[in-house]
Amino acid sequence: MARAFVMEFERPIAELEDKLAALKRLDVSGEPELAAEIDALQVAIIKLRDTLYSSLSAWERVQVSRHPERPKTQDYIETLFTDVIELRGDRAFGDDEAMFAGLGTLDGRRVAILGHRKGKGTKENIRRNFGMPQPEGFRKARRIMQLAGRFGIPLVTFLDTQGAYPGIGSEERGVAWAIAECLATLTRLPVPVVCVGIGEGGSGGALAIGVGDRLIMLQNAYYSVITPEACSSILFKDPSRACEVAPALTMTAEDLVRLGLADEIVPEPPGGAHRDPASVLIAVREAVVRSLGDLEGQSRDEIVARRYARLRAVGVHTEGGV
Amino acid sequence: MPISDWFQAREERTYIPVDSQRSAADLPDGVWVKCEGCKKTIYQRDFEANLDVCPGCGKHADIDAPTRVLLLADAGTFAETEADITSADPLRWTSGKPYATQLETAKAKTGLTEGIITGRAAIGGHPVVLGAMDFRFIGASMGSAVGEKITRAFELALAERRPLVLVTASGGARMQEGVLSLMQMAKTSAAAARLAEAGIPYVSILTNPTSGGVTASFAVLADVILAEPGALIMFTGPRVIEQTIRQSLPKGFQTAEFLVEHGFIDAVVDRRELRDRVSLLLDYLNPGGE
Ligand SMILES: [Zn+2]
Repeated sequence: MARAFVMEFERPIAELEDKLAALKRLDVSGEPELAAEIDALQVAIIKLRDTLYSSLSAWERVQVSRHPERPKTQDYIETLFTDVIELRGDRAFGDDEAMFAGLGTLDGRRVAILGHRKGKGTKENIRRNFGMPQPEGFRKARRIMQLAGRFGIPLVTFLDTQGAYPGIGSEERGVAWAIAECLATLTRLPVPVVCVGIGEGGSGGALAIGVGDRLIMLQNAYYSVITPEACSSILFKDPSRACEVAPALTMTAEDLVRLGLADEIVPEPPGGAHRDPASVLIAVREAVVRSLGDLEGQSRDEIVARRYARLRAVGVHTEGGV
Repeated sequence: MPISDWFQAREERTYIPVDSQRSAADLPDGVWVKCEGCKKTIYQRDFEANLDVCPGCGKHADIDAPTRVLLLADAGTFAETEADITSADPLRWTSGKPYATQLETAKAKTGLTEGIITGRAAIGGHPVVLGAMDFRFIGASMGSAVGEKITRAFELALAERRPLVLVTASGGARMQEGVLSLMQMAKTSAAAARLAEAGIPYVSILTNPTSGGVTASFAVLADVILAEPGALIMFTGPRVIEQTIRQSLPKGFQTAEFLVEHGFIDAVVDRRELRDRVSLLLDYLNPGGE
């Protein structure tokens, strides 16, 4: 079987897997040495993967977060929620298929759902603009935030975007305004908001639906002020030094927990979420349900005041020489 | 140099009126500037008296934050707040140039402690909270300290029920503080939304250049958004867009005039009329609708 996608740092594993596949094609009956070699290879692959994944660099995690087979917003929506209704359109210009908006039921709770939508395969990715929303996507998201606020429905968001789409139309139709209005609405929304970083969390395009009362990060998801490639381009006029700047950007799930920005990390199996999507989806469901439970029973004023206090504490500066 | 000294020095200068009859030969060396718009040379003092606007072509040159405050606030009314807030180097950033070094250089170059100055002031007799960003200070990019000063400006305006006037110029989020900078967008937007809920007016003045995470947060959450002529205002910079779409951008793209045409800002206002325009706006917009 042809492998669909091999990340650079996984090449040693891929080579062993190719060797294993070749051996498996041979007839091993009456060849105990061959059978033993196959067993040894299988163990070696597992060990190598465990070793590699026990100490992934920030840049390697970024690659895992972008793996084409990684579970997407669509998988979470289908698995976590029942009776899902998609709500489309920004009521002004169009419907952006890079952003999902809708209502669903989670563990008996009504929730509003937002999420960046990457496609599966090239065709769907083109339709969904590779998960990079334009102003319409953010305005649709804001419409659903306001709807959730009006009807007292908690909001769950899934982050998986490289960022807002950098195009002429985006600028002409006020992408900065659309993102800022999302932020103003989301930070003051009087219902619980739980955000889940499932893959990429690129800049303002992720932040627009990525501010809440809880932030759950998958182990290999990132959340960053800028993509490592763009940062490298600015610093060195060369995007290929992304691996050097990724650790400096403090963008991994671990970094976010250390900085007090994320509340919990959902572990991924060795090799990433796509190696065992079911276990990851179950763990995310459990984390979201628990978070929503924790946030229950607060008044609208309490919710807004606590979220403001949470945001107010973000940042490190010096004051009065201290 | 403290900002108060800077103001003093600036106020003690004497300006002379624009006089096109003056010949270059009458003047000492080094007091001519070249307009970036029409490339004509202008007598430095004429240029300054005209608020750094070219008397010939009207090109608005970039100005620093102290000059901006002088130009907007009624004489002698500005009292700086939160002057002791400055950036830490929370991530000990060393990629490219070390952040600590960049901060020292910026402080020495500008005499400021951060990329924005804030304070209480009066504009046309209206008590306000006034903030102005200074692009010379690491591109007035927004890290934790800038985000904190802006948030406190919103909070001061709320506490004292004073209208807020912010003048923006920024390269966007300060990447040397990583994800902490990204989160300043949310923090400042929350503060802006909270001020709006209380019915306190907020006027923003977008100047050249305003981009990235600053444009996509507090800068455009104002009740009234003004901009200076020719100012470049954007989310994504033109080079990144060109690389993405592989075509060149239309003339005038992302200028203040372009944004008025597309409905995103209220008016393009000549720098020489800004104070009067803001003052007139504040005549209409009373805190709490009183
Ligand atoms: Zn000129």
